[in-house]
Amino acid sequence: MKKIALEVNGKKVTKEISDHTTLSGLLRDILNLTGTHIGCDTSQCGACVVHVDGKSIKSCTALAADLDGSKVTTIEGLASNGKLHPMQEAFKKMHGLQCGFCTPGMVMSAVDLLKNKKNPTDQEIRDWLEGNICRCTGYHNIVAAVKEAASKM
Amino acid sequence: MKTFNYHSAKDVKEASKLASSNSAFLAGGMTTIPSMKLGLASYKDIIDIKRIKKLSGIKVSGKTVTIGATTKHSEVASSKDVKKAIPSLAALAEGIGDPQVRNRGTIGGSIANNDPAADYPSACIALNATIHTNNRSIDAEKFFRGMFETCLKSTEVIESIEFSIPQKSSYQKLPNPASRYAIVGVYVAQHKTGINVGVTGAKSCVYNDKDLAGALTKNFSSSAIDSVKVSSSGMNSDIHASSDYRANMVKAFAKKAVDAC
Repeated sequence: MKKIALEVNGKKVTKEISDHTTLSGLLRDILNLTGTHIGCDTSQCGACVVHVDGKSIKSCTALAADLDGSKVTTIEGLASNGKLHPMQEAFKKMHGLQCGFCTPGMVMSAVDLLKNKKNPTDQEIRDWLEGNICRCTGYHNIVAAVKEAASKM
Repeated sequence: MKTFNYHSAKDVKEASKLASSNSAFLAGGMTTIPSMKLGLASYKDIIDIKRIKKLSGIKVSGKTVTIGATTKHSEVASSKDVKKAIPSLAALAEGIGDPQVRNRGTIGGSIANNDPAADYPSACIALNATIHTNNRSIDAEKFFRGMFETCLKSTEVIESIEFSIPQKSSYQKLPNPASRYAIVGVYVAQHKTGINVGVTGAKSCVYNDKDLAGALTKNFSSSAIDSVKVSSSGMNSDIHASSDYRANMVKAFAKKAVDAC
């Protein structure tokens, strides 16, 4: 067992965890933050994307023990005062989801993209979302949603 | 995932001391963690080397670019120094996996794993790299031994990789559409001392294609490659590509690389 202290969505968290606990496991099973989804569990599908110290990573492939002292933002940390983040709003408006399973990861990846590139082209959005797999939408509306968010942010 | 003891090493000496035949060093974990989850690997001890500061960073001297073992792909891809000294190396890093993999995965991890389809091993071959560990310096040609196999000992830690700056170079790959691993990747580099053609994805281990390098030494143009026969013998054959197809792609992507130099 390891004791770790980290910040999750602005709140300080101290927990005893097993050495092999992943960040996705910590978030979902210990902190009950089930907005972060686990799809493939081997860092291919991107449903588990969260931000660690400002950068998007796949939380299923990071050990919680090695994130001691980090700042983590999950999908639950995007909305503020009950108001959706512009990226969430854009996914809703542009129908950027159907079943919604991949959406938390899509949104977290897309937010990271706009941090680095304010007005990405369609191709840049598609390239950036390479690590996020959606089996419903065919990506067209997801790209449209990211563009819509870019125009609002 | 089977349980293990997690250690965060404070320096290379401690990391090496903790290591055994039943341990693995952890950097980005982009292969190690999924392999453990899939039951393909299990270890008693996982030794995290990410917090060892001296293992990360990029240094450019007159003739070489030295990259610390735990430097992430995204750092290499966005480094102004690498882009200026060896643009093809920054471009290679930008093409690995996806953004989240590039934010975690490291150059040392990639070459220590020596996946037959990984990108960085071809750069090591093409750019006459020297792999510096905690107790020796190894030429890239001797470092990569076979499929997922290197000459590293279990207590040996890669500290940095030193690349020679070529006169011109380009890396071109046919990526698997899902994983972005190279079905075939060809890294052509022209140095004052000679030409290397590092090929990844095609065989069980990265190699320097001497026939292609020989043809390019006589005439550095893509047409020089036309007359070279690339044999499919010993090439990988799987659901993504047959060995004959791979052999053809080695030629096609070597030409593409030469044209892009």
